[in-house]
Amino acid sequence: MRYSAVSVIREALRGHKGWKPAWRKATPAPSYDVVIIGGGGGGLATAYYLAKNHNVGRIAVLEKGWLGNGNIGRNTTIIRSNYGLPGNTPFYELSMKLWEGLEQDINYNAMVSQRGVFNIYHSDPQRDAYARRGNTMRLHGVDAELLDREQLRREIPFLDYDNARFPVQGALVQRRGGTVRHDAVAWGYARAASDRGVDIIENCEVTGIIQENGVVMGVETTRGRIGARKLGIAVAGSSSLLANMAGFRLPIESHVLQAFVSEGLKPLIDNVITFGAGHFYISQSDKGGLVFGGDIDGYNSYAARGNLPTVEDVCEGGVALMPMIGRARLLRSWGGIMDMTMDGSPIIDFSPVKNLFINAGWCYGGFKAVPAMGYCFAHLIANEAPHKVAAAYRLDRFAEGKLIDEKGVGAQPNLH
Amino acid sequence: MRIPCPHCGARGVEEFLYTQDAGVTRPKDGGAEPTKEWTDYVYMRDNLKGPRKEYWYHSAGCHAWLVVTRDVSTHEILKVELP
Repeated sequence: MRYSAVSVIREALRGHKGWKPAWRKATPAPSYDVVIIGGGGGGLATAYYLAKNHNVGRIAVLEKGWLGNGNIGRNTTIIRSNYGLPGNTPFYELSMKLWEGLEQDINYNAMVSQRGVFNIYHSDPQRDAYARRGNTMRLHGVDAELLDREQLRREIPFLDYDNARFPVQGALVQRRGGTVRHDAVAWGYARAASDRGVDIIENCEVTGIIQENGVVMGVETTRGRIGARKLGIAVAGSSSLLANMAGFRLPIESHVLQAFVSEGLKPLIDNVITFGAGHFYISQSDKGGLVFGGDIDGYNSYAARGNLPTVEDVCEGGVALMPMIGRARLLRSWGGIMDMTMDGSPIIDFSPVKNLFINAGWCYGGFKAVPAMGYCFAHLIANEAPHKVAAAYRLDRFAEGKLIDEKGVGAQPNLH
Repeated sequence: MRIPCPHCGARGVEEFLYTQDAGVTRPKDGGAEPTKEWTDYVYMRDNLKGPRKEYWYHSAGCHAWLVVTRDVSTHEILKVELP
């Protein structure tokens, strides 16, 4: 069923009895041409672009739980393409362009809202660093604007401009950045992929990867053996566990990142704001909750929950930047498991096993990349050659010394 | 999460800094030329579920380095030793 204003009115008149499930509940076939492990943003987008752009035969997506229960439904929904290093800037801009056309492409309201991302700076050197990043973006055709203190005050009056320790001096703005309804991204890609014949198989956990002479043959799952001519791993957070099943290791540690939502408030913050002196980013959802987050907890974890000192630290950052939110009550907090790589950048590449491809290492920036990671991973799987904007995300860049380290902190995953 | 420091007793995790995996061993010598051994030591990790040895530093306490065995699936601290 195609969604449109007409279909909404027709169903309203019929008492909403004609809506169909958005995607088919598929049962596993004995084998597929391409199997994607992971029914999150990355896996579903990959399946969709494989079905749409490439002629690869039968495709399945295997999800261990229910669709959208992983990081795609656990993030702070921010999209932006304000990266400064070669290898990153064109990739994230492709993602932004795909976000801009996504809803028409998949016929689904993902609530893409380009409300602007404001990165606040608090010192002269930080202004210079932001100006440099903004210039890099503009040279790549990405929009960026440097605001001084008074320009920023006109748009965002409620910051603590005269904070004694971290006075607000201005902001680097990407106006095309913003937020997207995260669950709708999973549902929309799932529906669009399913309509193009992709089998989406939920409650199907992979327990082993079958190989013969170094070539992948399929997977063992909790719903039986499924053959695969090509296999793609898109399970950020658990990538090392799947790599271990296939017999190799990755330059990744799994860490927990917490996110937070306040009680519902009247419209207050109409863009995305990040604190430059600590680690804090905030936006307001359409339901009114302030959605915010900060740093990872800093230790390895597969438990999807964090500890209280990080909650305190994130809230302190928020109150330092905008004291007015200090009286809002916290409604919920939760944790997700991140693939933290050794240089803070992702991996979209071949693996050491033939016909096994890997899309991993998204640290805590995977959500904004969902369309481009799917687009480029599909390209890699179908053509057995990397897409040109993702060509730097190689697995061997660590051995080769070609790291993409935006933050410049070295091989210390908990600091990226 | 609380870590029982051998010197200070059980303290909240906010007093400690997690530094790195204690299960990897620095190659004995070399390093002038990149080798697979060094790449593995610097970058590659097992990163599996279950108990794992890690270095923690008691930065807001006695400044001791500790080798903590911790279950990364449950955050349970199983053992704390001095290196």
